[in-house]
Amino acid sequence: MAAETPAPASAEPLIQVEKFNYAYGDHQVLFDVDLNIRREDVTALIGPSGCGKSTLIRSINRINDLVESARVVSGKIKIDGVDIYTPEVDVISLRRNVGMVFQKYNPFPRSIFENAVYGLRVAGIKDRHDLEEAAERSLKAAALWDEVKDRLHQMATGLSGGQQQRLCIARAIALQPRILLMDEPCAALDPIATARIEELIHQLRGQYTFVIVTHNMEQAKRIADRTAFFYKGKLIEEDDTMTIFNHPSNPLTESYITGRLT
Amino acid sequence: MSPVSITENPFAGDNSGIQKRETIARWALRVGSYIVVFITVAIMLHIFIKGAPVTFQSKWPFVNTQFLTELPATLHVIEDKQGNHYETDVNGADAIKKKLGDNFRAEKTISYSGGGILGPIVGTALLVIVSVGVALFLGVACAIYLSEYAKHGKFLEMVRLAILNLAGVPSVVFGLFGLGAFVLTAPVFVDVPADRSVFAIPLGFTTLSFEGWDTCVLSGGFTLAFVILPVIITASEQCLQAVPQGFRETSMALGATRWQTIRYSVLPFATPGILTSSILGIARAAGETAPIMFTAALAFKDKLPWQKDLPPLPADASIFAHWEQSVSRFLGIFTESVQALPYHIYTLAAKIPQNEYAERAQYGSVFVFLVLVASLAASSVLLRKRLRAKYRW
Ligand SMILES: Nc1ncnc2c1ncn2[C@@H]1O[C@H](COP(=O)(O)OP(=O)(O)OP(=O)(O)O)[C@@H](O)[C@H]1O
Ligand SMILES: [Mg+2]
Repeated sequence: MAAETPAPASAEPLIQVEKFNYAYGDHQVLFDVDLNIRREDVTALIGPSGCGKSTLIRSINRINDLVESARVVSGKIKIDGVDIYTPEVDVISLRRNVGMVFQKYNPFPRSIFENAVYGLRVAGIKDRHDLEEAAERSLKAAALWDEVKDRLHQMATGLSGGQQQRLCIARAIALQPRILLMDEPCAALDPIATARIEELIHQLRGQYTFVIVTHNMEQAKRIADRTAFFYKGKLIEEDDTMTIFNHPSNPLTESYITGRLT
Repeated sequence: MSPVSITENPFAGDNSGIQKRETIARWALRVGSYIVVFITVAIMLHIFIKGAPVTFQSKWPFVNTQFLTELPATLHVIEDKQGNHYETDVNGADAIKKKLGDNFRAEKTISYSGGGILGPIVGTALLVIVSVGVALFLGVACAIYLSEYAKHGKFLEMVRLAILNLAGVPSVVFGLFGLGAFVLTAPVFVDVPADRSVFAIPLGFTTLSFEGWDTCVLSGGFTLAFVILPVIITASEQCLQAVPQGFRETSMALGATRWQTIRYSVLPFATPGILTSSILGIARAAGETAPIMFTAALAFKDKLPWQKDLPPLPADASIFAHWEQSVSRFLGIFTESVQALPYHIYTLAAKIPQNEYAERAQYGSVFVFLVLVASLAASSVLLRKRLRAKYRW
């Protein structure tokens, strides 16, 4: 999909967060966040617990609309220049273009195949052949195909944690979204499974625009082109990953990445 | 070397009242539990000992088929001069009297105590089918709305409160409600509205008349549905809430609508629990007497609901006419009044003189009823187990 819309001057960012203020009821959790996320980059969001990383990432596909008290106070999030919080935007097609992988790997208690094609099924695709093709394509893309091709119709909950998380990634990319949001995708995984997910992100980079929340500094260094540091609902600093980790311009950033701030 | 000093045991129990109170508490709780167990077992044993011989027999087929397949009838007991008793029905009574001739001393009749209890069993089954169907439909719809669509707030709290209150309404009140709502005023399509019609809306080809459904399975089933509705709504809502929020989020993040999410990723996983609760609802519906007294049940009826005198079709009647008659015969089942087990038990216990002959039907009915309820409960447990194994997360 990204190929159909070649960036005019790659300067135009894909996701633009503009003066974004967000609250749960009366409790404001994001303050004037301004963030541009470039096409086909991997952007890591870091910051101490409760600083609003999940809230921000969950606002990009509007899944936080499910939280009853959640509301945009002011500001915009634009994707391709379109403000996604305007009534003209259909959340369903928005979410088909903006995939999401959650922290807790949570395949449905159905077969591996049914998990992989869930998004296509609810989009109304019925043709068995199309579904099988899509399942194979996305499972291959998620580097899971070889491990599951002989048991596609067994329960997904029988897979290991790492495999389940890769299945969740496969499920998200089956819809061929342009953006993949990942909220601490490795938090529930062991180091080996984590390494496989990171490897996968490396393989997929360039095809999708990744936004990844992580608590793991090393992981951010390994996978991210750009890193954004949040503190208490504010974006403190956003820059090339190497710059953030080697020459942060804000003392708060430095104290966080060196572990002196929690 | 210091001499081994005999120190006091540091772990000796203290003799303040604490231990004593602990013991008393434990015994009080234990005695309480034993009393409950004892009473339950006593009731069950009593019913089993008195009821099982009515239902089972020592000869093949080991089940008293007469008791399970015949309609209730009046029992005639004839005594001869030697003091022998003969139990029989109306027809048998004449024959025996004729045979005994002068030897005849006395005849007693005990209502409802002869024959079997097929009528009440069938009636209860029909009432349960209608009530559980209606209650599941309304209850699950309501639970889905409350749990998945409604916004938290005053209104939701009020609805919950209303449901809780519904659960506290005495069942006789439901019976009166059913009498007013379903027996006397529910809408029906008729050609000519009856005089008692509350009001009628002419629709051209027919008239929608609010004249009630009369006492019938439908009225009773709907009334019972409202009795078990609170149970089903509350239990269904709990089952829906127990489905992880992550399923909903993931489903919607994959572009599913809310209804698709419910349909594919919430309901299937809540179904085992909903079914369990509905089976317990069945037991409740089967056991209620007051709601059906005014709406569906008769103390006695000598016909099963499908035994109706429809005019015989002409010999050359078309397939269509036959088909139409079968359908109307089938639907007619639900517009008949019936006997029902709990009401039958009540009639046997309260409306006829008590003696050893009446006892037979009483205990037999109670026993059959308990077996039915117990097997429903058991099947609910089995069903839940199987579905749980299938949909585990
Ligand atoms: N559903 C909710 N209702 C009310 N407040 C919430 C809700 N979710 C999050 N918050 C609040 O919003 C703030 C930001 O939370 P958020 O989950 O975005 O933080 P986070 O940076 O993702 O933290 P973590 O690293 O622990 O995941 C917190 O103060 C949190 O208490
Ligand atoms: Mg978070």
